Amino acid sequence: MSICAHSATELKNKIDSGELSSAQVCRAFLDQIERLDEKIGAFIQVDPDQVLRDAEAIDQKRLRGETVGPLSGLPVAIKDNLCTQGQVTSCASKMLANFRPPYDATVIAKLRAADAVLIGKTNLDEFAMGGSTENSAVKQTANPWDVNRVPGGSSGGAAACVAAKMAPLSLGTDTGGSIRQPAAFCGVTGLKPTYGRVSRYGLVAFASSLDQIGPIAANAGDAALLLSAIAGHDALDSTSSPEAVPDYVDVVSQPLTGLKIGLVSEHHGAGVDSEVLSAVDQAVKVFHSLGAEVHEVSFPHSKYGIAAYYIIAPSEASSNLARFDSAHYGYRTDEATMMAELAAEKSANPKGEAESPLIRMYRKSRAEGFGTEVKRRIMLGTYALSAGYYDAYYLKALKVRRLIRQDYDQAFQQVDLVLGPSTPGLPFCLGEMADDPLSMYLQDLCTVGANLAGVPSISIPCGFSKSGLPIGLQLQGPAFAEAKLLQAAHMFQSQTDWHQRHPELP
Amino acid sequence: MSLNRSDVEKVALLARLQLSEVEVDAMTKQLGKIVAYVEMLSELDTNDVQPMAHAVELENVFADDVVRPSLDRMDALKNAPKADEECFRVPAVLGD
Amino acid sequence: MSVSTEVSDRPYDIVIGLEVHVQLATKTKLFCRCSTQFGAAPNTQTCPVCLGLPGSLPVMNLKAFHLGMQTAIALNCEIPKFTKWDRKQYYYPDLPKGYQISQYDLPMSQNGWLEIQDDKGRFEPKRVGIIRAHLEEDAGKSMHDEVSGTADSRIDLNRTGTPLLEIVSEPDMRSPAEAKAYLTELKLLLTYLGVSDCNMQEGSLRVDANINLHVHDGDERIATPIVEIKNMNSFRAVERALAFEAERQYDVFLEEGKRLGDVPKQTRGWDDSLQVTKGQRSKEESSDYRYFPDPDLLPVTVTDEQIQAVRSELGKLPQQIRSDLVQEYGISDYDADVIVNQGPDVLAYFVALADKSGAGKRASNWLQQDILRTLKEQSISIEQFPVSVDAMAELLQLLEAGKVDNARSKDVFAEMLSHGLSAPAAMEKLGIQEVDENEIVDLCRQLLEKNPQIVADVQNGKQQAVGAMIGMAKKVNPNVNPAVVRETCLKLIAEM
Ligand SMILES: [Mg+2]
Ligand SMILES: [Zn+2]
Repeated sequence: MSICAHSATELKNKIDSGELSSAQVCRAFLDQIERLDEKIGAFIQVDPDQVLRDAEAIDQKRLRGETVGPLSGLPVAIKDNLCTQGQVTSCASKMLANFRPPYDATVIAKLRAADAVLIGKTNLDEFAMGGSTENSAVKQTANPWDVNRVPGGSSGGAAACVAAKMAPLSLGTDTGGSIRQPAAFCGVTGLKPTYGRVSRYGLVAFASSLDQIGPIAANAGDAALLLSAIAGHDALDSTSSPEAVPDYVDVVSQPLTGLKIGLVSEHHGAGVDSEVLSAVDQAVKVFHSLGAEVHEVSFPHSKYGIAAYYIIAPSEASSNLARFDSAHYGYRTDEATMMAELAAEKSANPKGEAESPLIRMYRKSRAEGFGTEVKRRIMLGTYALSAGYYDAYYLKALKVRRLIRQDYDQAFQQVDLVLGPSTPGLPFCLGEMADDPLSMYLQDLCTVGANLAGVPSISIPCGFSKSGLPIGLQLQGPAFAEAKLLQAAHMFQSQTDWHQRHPELP
Repeated sequence: MSLNRSDVEKVALLARLQLSEVEVDAMTKQLGKIVAYVEMLSELDTNDVQPMAHAVELENVFADDVVRPSLDRMDALKNAPKADEECFRVPAVLGD
Repeated sequence: MSVSTEVSDRPYDIVIGLEVHVQLATKTKLFCRCSTQFGAAPNTQTCPVCLGLPGSLPVMNLKAFHLGMQTAIALNCEIPKFTKWDRKQYYYPDLPKGYQISQYDLPMSQNGWLEIQDDKGRFEPKRVGIIRAHLEEDAGKSMHDEVSGTADSRIDLNRTGTPLLEIVSEPDMRSPAEAKAYLTELKLLLTYLGVSDCNMQEGSLRVDANINLHVHDGDERIATPIVEIKNMNSFRAVERALAFEAERQYDVFLEEGKRLGDVPKQTRGWDDSLQVTKGQRSKEESSDYRYFPDPDLLPVTVTDEQIQAVRSELGKLPQQIRSDLVQEYGISDYDADVIVNQGPDVLAYFVALADKSGAGKRASNWLQQDILRTLKEQSISIEQFPVSVDAMAELLQLLEAGKVDNARSKDVFAEMLSHGLSAPAAMEKLGIQEVDENEIVDLCRQLLEKNPQIVADVQNGKQQAVGAMIGMAKKVNPNVNPAVVRETCLKLIAEM
């Protein structure tokens, strides 16, 4: 069995026992990247020399008898909207193509402190806006199970690299499903933690009240390992929670008894692919066989989730992305061309009211630096917050958000976890939805609720379509129930082997 | 509420985006569809519902007033599209 | 054009409201821990947060909130139990995030008042309402590049994120003099609270004014459009700008007849060299700040106990101190006002001097005349004033006891000031000593004998003729007390 075929937990044990060095492990994954990533396009930045230097430094530490952190020199892939000091953090945008943050995100600092090796930065939809990674300004990422299909998004690179065994662990971010949907599409395990569980400091914000960073891995145990390293309070993030962090690694393998699971009736019918539905039904049977009770639960406001989400998220995004004004960092339009353009306009229309060079600089830089989907969301959010529309759109959406949260609260009075599909459909073909933003948005049906309510949610593989495409099962829990989600996922994975299947790659 | 071209142009200025004629057309159509979709929220009676701006029920988070080191100026200016040794540079700020 | 700042009997009322932005005296910024020290080299006090770098997040400064509470309570404001942070969105290169973190619909305080009065009696004492006082972050500075001659502006973000308290008054002021009195009293209050250094030159206190007229039309009052005035760099400038603007608005009203609501609110800048307000370039779009709650910051709740605790830790405020001074030291309202207006340090000197010397009135006179004049002449603060309270008190006591006369006490003071001597040492150096009573009687008798004309004049009812004797006596012995000489001479003449 090749090094890359092992789970992160297995590799950690091999490194800890001295069977393998961090450098050996990292070299194996670098080789896999070298071999496969031209086809998959999961990474937008890999520096093999740096990776090996970092791995060797950790191996040296071990040799000197020093304590090595819990990640033991394992390679971890980083979504490129997480700030890494001195290293380009592009958000897959032309706007930040040359941006080198002078600081590390808190999760990056924690990974370094846990002795992870950052193996590379992964591709995403520009500024994490999208569900297919097709909105990357850098490159296209392919689904390892079918390279003509999308890997999902926005953490498409993060999920694809785990599926293709180019990294054992990977950090994604999730604002409306951006960890869980690509995890489902790529047949891997992805967890969106409770809002506030992981510090957002250094995550380039898309929608601040919805964004969370979380692990993507081959299985629940590996996800627990990575979550343990990044969870916890951070004084630099006011919205980070002081709630104590359980030892996820320790509890993940402890089975749950008397587990009550709710089946989301609104996600179990029209609008959901029939192959997906039958995979979910099979999953329900597995939980039954494990002794869980399964009830139907209703989320009466579920159908308003996407509408509320597509007001709140773009509104916050329009504000968060205002800082990309080309004044202090980021892309700036060519000034000479711009001045010539203004002069030409002036001579063509001497009496017209001319735009100032400053405003023109803003408008041109942002028009050239942002891609279409980002502009669309900025426009949508600006509109929703503008005078005369605030109450009808933004404020209304915040109230509906409360109703959605109440649906969750009520459900969790009856059951421990709720279960349903992660996505309404199977991975779609590249370009399939390019001209139809609304139908793309509707793909977020099953995932946006957890972000709006702030609760944790995990996607795990639960089957394959006849065409061989992975299907994801979503489990959602009450706030700070990550341990329970991981335990339930682990129980499921101990009875199934969907998560152990590998795509056939050269 | 439906969205027309001039709404889109107004919003584009507010958002500091320069859109081509073609983009304005496409944007008017697409935003119009999305806005029509989200209109479904108006079905819900939310008169007695408190807006939910945060997903955490925390409050009173403060830091102490203790100075921490700032960045070196070089690092602060490093990513600037245009700067001199001391300052960021932009086209003239006119008017007020 | 010269403008009178006095209230005129023109056919309109002036309506003024003021917006004051005051920098709070914290060590660090409102949402990051960069220093707020004034005068650092450009862009040396920045971090990912105040540079608005992608990924950075704000964390609220506890001290800033506390200083805001203190001020709001001193301004008699209500403190709501719940307050939150909003983003005010606009593009400007000195605002790196593209939004200012401020407070919109739920400010930390509201509905207060500040009492103002005028010692020259130009207006009746009154309460100026405070609509709200809220916290927000300051912007950076844009500077025009004068060196390279390019069309660039240079941006310094050191000031970005400095905590500001924005204090918005009701439109309760009816003259430029009232506006100035409000600002003076507000500044004094902030100074006594110690919440700001209120240095206008360094921009720690900035004033914008809203003004319009209610033009008399029989019994009717016609409101003219409101104009906002900016760029006023001193209270004097505020007073002048308002006086100018009132006259300008009346002229425009007579010419154009426009009323409130006919035109959008205009912004004008005060040009201090030309002493005029000038229209400012209108924005390219009507402002639409798209306020919404900042998702990165959590709300703040305040309990009654917290409010009580802040209230009880406030020191005495100017209004109270003034009346206490009048009560305790028997000085006039006017004198108390002058002393309090000098600020807490001068006040402390006065109180110590009055207590130590036991001569409140004399302490007040000396403070206002000799000490304040010295501070002004030497451009020093009271902490730098070389004569200690103890030394000064000793001088006042010697004066009270008649050991030195008023005229010579000034020489003693000058000597103490320039050579750091105690009062007795200065007197000794000047050869001032108390003269024995018998000695004075002898001296007066001798002088009267030599000046029969003066004796005759006094006897004929011209008492003031005795004044000449004082000069003669001082020539013989410079230490004689003029009042004693005068009394002695009159007594001797009466006995003749
Ligand atoms: Mg303000
Ligand atoms: Zn800072």
